Amino acid sequence: MILFFRQIVAMALKDIRVELRSPVRVFGVFFFSLALIFMVAFAAGSTTKILQQIAGGTLWLGILLTSSRSLDQSFAIELDEGALEELVLWPVEAAAIFYGKAIANALVLLVVACALTPLVIAVFDTPIRGEFWQLVLFLVLGCTALAAPGTLLAGITSRARGSSVLLPLLLFPLVVPALMAAARGTTVVLEGDPMGQSPGWLGVLVLFNAIHWSISGVLFRFVVEEA
Amino acid sequence: MKLPWEHVIGIIGLGVLIYGQWFGLVGVPPDRHMGEVARILFVHVPTAWNAFAVYTVAFIGALGYLLSGRKGFDHLLEATLEVGTLLTFMLILQGSIFARPTWGVWWTWDPRLVSSAVMLAVYVGVLVLRTIVVGDVELRAMLTSVATILASVTLPVTYFSVQIWRSMHQMQTAPTDIDSPLKMAWRINAIAFALIATWFIARRYRVARDNYTRREAPPLPEVA
Repeated sequence: MILFFRQIVAMALKDIRVELRSPVRVFGVFFFSLALIFMVAFAAGSTTKILQQIAGGTLWLGILLTSSRSLDQSFAIELDEGALEELVLWPVEAAAIFYGKAIANALVLLVVACALTPLVIAVFDTPIRGEFWQLVLFLVLGCTALAAPGTLLAGITSRARGSSVLLPLLLFPLVVPALMAAARGTTVVLEGDPMGQSPGWLGVLVLFNAIHWSISGVLFRFVVEEA
Repeated sequence: MKLPWEHVIGIIGLGVLIYGQWFGLVGVPPDRHMGEVARILFVHVPTAWNAFAVYTVAFIGALGYLLSGRKGFDHLLEATLEVGTLLTFMLILQGSIFARPTWGVWWTWDPRLVSSAVMLAVYVGVLVLRTIVVGDVELRAMLTSVATILASVTLPVTYFSVQIWRSMHQMQTAPTDIDSPLKMAWRINAIAFALIATWFIARRYRVARDNYTRREAPPLPEVA
């Protein structure tokens, strides 16, 4: 069991090291999301009340689009010069490869989310009226909820033609419950949560994470089996 | 010429469907509150039951392929994915037609409607995946099976959405809560839909199997 966890950490560190050596991916997806957030703000107009209402949704829309681009690239680097085949040949459990990659992908999303959140708060003029730690929880759980099914689906679509089109097609509908919970929860925290709704949305995210982190870990073996 | 068994089931299914439509339109009195428009429920509810049942078979096909690697499960998966998607599309269309006179809108962001639309979108994605991965049959079967199992997570969410989020869409109705003629109309149509779905699945299974056999067949010997 300890070996399994060490394999996960090694895999995650490998992917993080790749990101740090060439942070183009993180910067690229961050500016892509930033542009989207500004476009939404321009399209919605300058009415502060409307902007405050859509702040949480816009933030998560940005993170979702980031995830599709970022996850796609996380497997694209593995396909170069047969890296994935070599990785599978090593005595590493497929589940460890999955969890390592998923953790690294979640961290990338979290970095982008942490950079985007203050900008959304500033641009949409929406101060945090609720508990700060709840906002942090929504960001962490929301990013992990996108990363688990996203990593598995990126593994699937990387084996097909037109993966950049196929990944959003599979991922977006599947993560709708998580996206709804994260967006609604974030909006509720930003508005001050007078009705105490945030624990319910956090519960949905915890359940979504529990289901997808367990199922995807088991299924990943079949995706890389024939690599 | 001997008629394939699925055609027999299909013809019986069409007969039952015609009787079910007649029974639903003539044999059952109009609803006390909604009037004639409530008769669409006699096809809407059976469509939902069958869509869930067919997608459950798709899940079994996917799991069966991953565990055993037998091609038959992949053919079953291909057949049920298409039939299930057709039924879910019909389900949403019927629901929309029913919503207009009863709720006053074609579409509303009700949890049951959203979860059904999400379910349809996820399975359409799986079908697109299956269409795109054309080269390697084994790889296609494996990837589609994994994606189908992941998509199956939407089934319980959609089914229990009316209980989790109390909303405009009514909850599941227990047989004890409705009168016998209504219950009968639902059951007849449910059987008709199940028979026709079986017919489609069996035909589609044969097509998938024939395509596989043709692809895997050894080349014909050259003529001297």
